[in-house]
Amino acid sequence: MSFRIIVLAKQVPDTRNVGKDAMKADGTVNRGALPAIFNPEDLHALEQALRIKELRKDVEIILLTMGPPRAADIIREALYRGADKGYLITDRKFAGSDTLATSYVLSLAVKKLEPYHLVIAGRQAIDGDTAQVGPQVGEKLRLPQVTYCEEIQNISQKEITIKRRLERGVETVTSPIPTLITVHSSAASCRPRNARLLMQYKHARTVSELQEETKDYTEMLTNKPYLRIDEWGVADLDAKVEQLGISGSPTKVKKIENVVFAAKESVVLSSDNKDIDQLMKDLIESHVIG
Amino acid sequence: MNNIFVYCEIEDGQVADVSLELLTKGRKLANEINCKLEAAVIGHKLEGIEKQLFPFGVDILHLADEPRLAPYTTLPHCEVIVKLFEKIKPEVAIFGATSVGRDLAPRVASYLKCGLTADCTSLVFGDHKETKTGKEYKNLLYQIRPAFGGNIIATIINPDTRPQMATVREGVMKKEIYNEDHKGTIKKIKLDEVLRDELFPVQIVERHIEKQKVNIKSSQIIISGGYGVGSKENFDMLFELAEVLGGEVGGSRAAVDAGFVDHARQVGQTGVTVRPKLYIACGISGAVQHTAGMSESAKIIAINNDPKAPINQIADYSIIGNIEDIIPKMIKFYKKNTK
Repeated sequence: MSFRIIVLAKQVPDTRNVGKDAMKADGTVNRGALPAIFNPEDLHALEQALRIKELRKDVEIILLTMGPPRAADIIREALYRGADKGYLITDRKFAGSDTLATSYVLSLAVKKLEPYHLVIAGRQAIDGDTAQVGPQVGEKLRLPQVTYCEEIQNISQKEITIKRRLERGVETVTSPIPTLITVHSSAASCRPRNARLLMQYKHARTVSELQEETKDYTEMLTNKPYLRIDEWGVADLDAKVEQLGISGSPTKVKKIENVVFAAKESVVLSSDNKDIDQLMKDLIESHVIG
Repeated sequence: MNNIFVYCEIEDGQVADVSLELLTKGRKLANEINCKLEAAVIGHKLEGIEKQLFPFGVDILHLADEPRLAPYTTLPHCEVIVKLFEKIKPEVAIFGATSVGRDLAPRVASYLKCGLTADCTSLVFGDHKETKTGKEYKNLLYQIRPAFGGNIIATIINPDTRPQMATVREGVMKKEIYNEDHKGTIKKIKLDEVLRDELFPVQIVERHIEKQKVNIKSSQIIISGGYGVGSKENFDMLFELAEVLGGEVGGSRAAVDAGFVDHARQVGQTGVTVRPKLYIACGISGAVQHTAGMSESAKIIAINNDPKAPINQIADYSIIGNIEDIIPKMIKFYKKNTK
């Protein structure tokens, strides 16, 4: 029996470096201008799975992502790095899901992949920074959970030893398998794409993508069935509609305010000796420093 | 009456600062809607812990004291809280947005199918009317938090599920003693039926928790660097300036992610919130997730080679140029002018 690792990942807008290109004239962010990326900590999660695959010959890594059709991009990114398979969980009915509804859907998808041994996710996604979905999937699957994994130190068929990165220290724990792990940004970065895998999987397509393709993929998919990325919707997961989307989300957004940078009277200085000298004098005189 | 609840964290017999900050907030919320403030401490050797908590206005303190409950592991703490909530049915439940709180609260919320909002920066009561149904709600908890990397501020509500759950980071709320003589009652949680063996699958093998070494929160002068500082080596300059001025070094998330500076020094939405007398932002563009954690600084100096960087808009002084050039000059002229 193979050792199955399910990696949960999310495609996110790159909110980390909102440069001036992404700022609108009114000082708010232009979300459309942000590139969609593989959530950074989910890449760390994938790396942990890939490292286990190097240690054991029988590992199968399956990437699950929930999102709009274009999230198939991160499944391909995972395949290029060594994942064996990916599923895109997509359905209009999932839109508006908060962390509770999202974890419900993800837990159904994970259950469909039983028997599995590990579920690994990034600690949090950079668009929401909630760190809630991992533990909530764990709860729904009644799995133990080990959050903030920095390093997997040992693994057997029955047990895993994990070093956790906490705010003020580290902790090493053991958990029986199966278990749910969330991976911290201090864990090893993900390896780059592998050139051979890139060639192998560059034509991997979801069903919706195939419908948009002008090229005929029929023959390619017959010869290389691994290029088909399956999509799962509400019906495939046998999900209860009242538990997903807006109706399945106890949290509601009452109001959204764009953050506007309030301009302040600021003194602009150069790096000339004269300017810096005067600045330090001002700061000392006003008792800000010294 | 349904009350306000705060989960209190303990390390080495001390209640965490964040928990005391939340009790301060919880007390105010309780007074506003005229209910009681309840708290729980889950751990071991908790005798006398109430002395640290009652002055912050706790009316009912639930204690779960058992050797296996310390140090914290997820499942037993979750089980104790879930069973307690099923009994006391709090209106609001607040957790610290710490390694513990962020591990525990989502699990509890999932079990109870409740709404949970992470990293709130403000919690206030307000009313709400559901546009579709016309249903009106009084005194809902507005859970206000930055989202989308801090570029928007969202107000989240949980109209129909209880408790209304939220986590809050350390340093965001103020810590204030309510009344030195305030006395509450202690209720011991019966653990015999709650703590089944299967709640202990995860075993702690080793644990090193350090007393927080760097505490940039309490520093009056902070020299912070961003991705624009360029390297770990360049951060040495910031440390030098901090030493000369008697300050601490902070960093933006991008600098922390790049490994230039330690996570304990991260300023911003996902780091600490600081309000120093002087904040010098070096090579920081000024994304909102960063400025959310420092915009209340009394004086802000931005050093950036991009005159259009958003940070300049909240700075009192914007120095346009390279930090390699400017920081040594600041050190030089500070020394010269204080002689």
